[in-house]
Amino acid sequence: MALKEGRKIKDTLWEIPKSYKQGMRVPVRIYATEALLDRMDPAVFQQAANVACLPGIVGYSFCMPDGHSGYGFPIGGAAAFDPQEGVISPGGIGFDINCGMRLVATSLTWEQLAPRLEQLVDRLFAAIPAGVGGRGFVKISKDEFRAMSEQGMRWCLKQGYALAEDLERSEEAGCLAGADAAAVSERAVERGYQQIGTLGSGNHYLELQVARPENVFDRKLAEAFGIRLPNQVLIMFHCGSRGFGHQVATDYLQKFLAVQPKYGIQVLDRELACAPFRSPEGQDYFKAMKCAVNMSFVNRQVILHRIREVFGEVFGRDPMELGLHQVYDVTHNTAKLERHLVPGERRPRELLIHRKGATRAFAPGMEDLPAVYRELGQPVIIGGSMETGSYLLVGVESGAETFFTTAHGSGRAMGRHEAKRRFKGRELERQMREHGIYVRSVSAAGLAEEAGAAYKNIDEVVEATELAGLSHRVARLVPVGNIKG
Amino acid sequence: MPHWTLPGLTQADVAFRAEGESLEEVFRAAWEATLEVMLPAPGCLRALVRKAIELANPASDLLLFDFLQQLLFFKDSEGLLLSLVSLSIEMGPGEFRLQAEAAGEEADPARHELGTDVKAVTLHRFALRRAGGRWQATVILDV
Repeated sequence: MALKEGRKIKDTLWEIPKSYKQGMRVPVRIYATEALLDRMDPAVFQQAANVACLPGIVGYSFCMPDGHSGYGFPIGGAAAFDPQEGVISPGGIGFDINCGMRLVATSLTWEQLAPRLEQLVDRLFAAIPAGVGGRGFVKISKDEFRAMSEQGMRWCLKQGYALAEDLERSEEAGCLAGADAAAVSERAVERGYQQIGTLGSGNHYLELQVARPENVFDRKLAEAFGIRLPNQVLIMFHCGSRGFGHQVATDYLQKFLAVQPKYGIQVLDRELACAPFRSPEGQDYFKAMKCAVNMSFVNRQVILHRIREVFGEVFGRDPMELGLHQVYDVTHNTAKLERHLVPGERRPRELLIHRKGATRAFAPGMEDLPAVYRELGQPVIIGGSMETGSYLLVGVESGAETFFTTAHGSGRAMGRHEAKRRFKGRELERQMREHGIYVRSVSAAGLAEEAGAAYKNIDEVVEATELAGLSHRVARLVPVGNIKG
Repeated sequence: MPHWTLPGLTQADVAFRAEGESLEEVFRAAWEATLEVMLPAPGCLRALVRKAIELANPASDLLLFDFLQQLLFFKDSEGLLLSLVSLSIEMGPGEFRLQAEAAGEEADPARHELGTDVKAVTLHRFALRRAGGRWQATVILDV
């Protein structure tokens, strides 16, 4: 076992004790099968232990089955902090604030889509800017951008880029309340105000997928979430808050480094720079971070608007006649105030939950879920590699153990440098075509970095989340078309 | 200027080491390394737009951090990819002062073989030190 200092709690849960590293306030808990744990980069354990040293952490420093090393928190990391005693850290959220996933159903089957697959992917590739330096079609002033960042998807509704049902089917209804653009730098606005409706690059993508009947694991829930036809086509995409969120995180990382001595805070990694949540600096970051969260919801909404336009053009029909209803939008890079029951305590209390590369997975009956999903549980969208597939899952009651948090993706198994050495982008594109996946990518090198073999097996990761009681599988979705930056 | 990737430092992101005889050389190497993640062959850039950069910071490593962020700022705010034209760093009263000029053009997939977008310069294992008579920078970029 790669984790020599850890102990097994159960088949899918491992604990690193507080004695592992000086300064740890709580143990680390890693959710993974032994096979996944063995393949985890050892830096993950160090990073999760560093998180466990942060002031005000409650319970455990968590790592999900897709955990891999990042900066500050591991990717796949989650931690709860006492809002009175604890800190907020940009490194626990990531530079790409509210990087997230959106899943959209259609009423088309693969048989109906297949003859137009290439035309559709080509049109989507032309309509949705991707890659380095991409700028979107939405032209607004910086002042309007600031207003947008406070209103989130409500702004889209007013502009005609959203349907009311899109808001209902998004985490936080597409707007984190309390966003205040006064806490955002001019530089952050400059970096982001022309990027609404752009995908970015790296592991960001837009994919056309098929739900094959043999890959539907929970038919009742699948139908409730909008997967009702054999070989139904769905659209999944993954992107975040672009340069705007990246700059908000950078600004406050620097501010927190400067004020940490004032608050007597020392961290083991400068990427874990933090400030007391209730301090003026901590509150300013929280308000600015919410602006970036909202911008990211808007980014994905404008992309959905473009998708609807393209489907309408290609099929010559109203997009809503093609059943383009959003299933859900989930964020996996955030800090949010939520009420949870801490083990050993009697009453739920407010906690500041950091999730970095980790998805909220609320269980059936939780009051923060929209009415449409309250009895079913929250849809969870976990993206795999572009060659293998992705999953739709649902939150479950036993997720209380991680404050209702689950994995966000398959997690990298190979570094980007090694992936580029082993794979050639254009050759990969040809091979994927042979396997029935039509890909358009701005960057051949970027495509090679995202090869399926560079990622862990998504089936293993998702199975681990189910075995661990963090989320329940609804359907596996296989890719047939993909656009990448 | 010498720079090379450090594949063992990160799985999800890009890590590199840059070196130089002087602060100017190591800063220039780090800029080139960051640019090459987004544009692997920057020789194709035409100097259609020029930008002046002026920065000051009491800490030389954080000056490098600020400097690399300038490249990302121009990329996101104006879509520009820029090569360095000139660079000078002086030690002023209590702080390092940097003046630079960069030139380039808008990223254009039709003309440029683009790489991966860089989201941010991280401070994870970020270091600037003098070792064996040379300046050495270690940088992890979030991509």
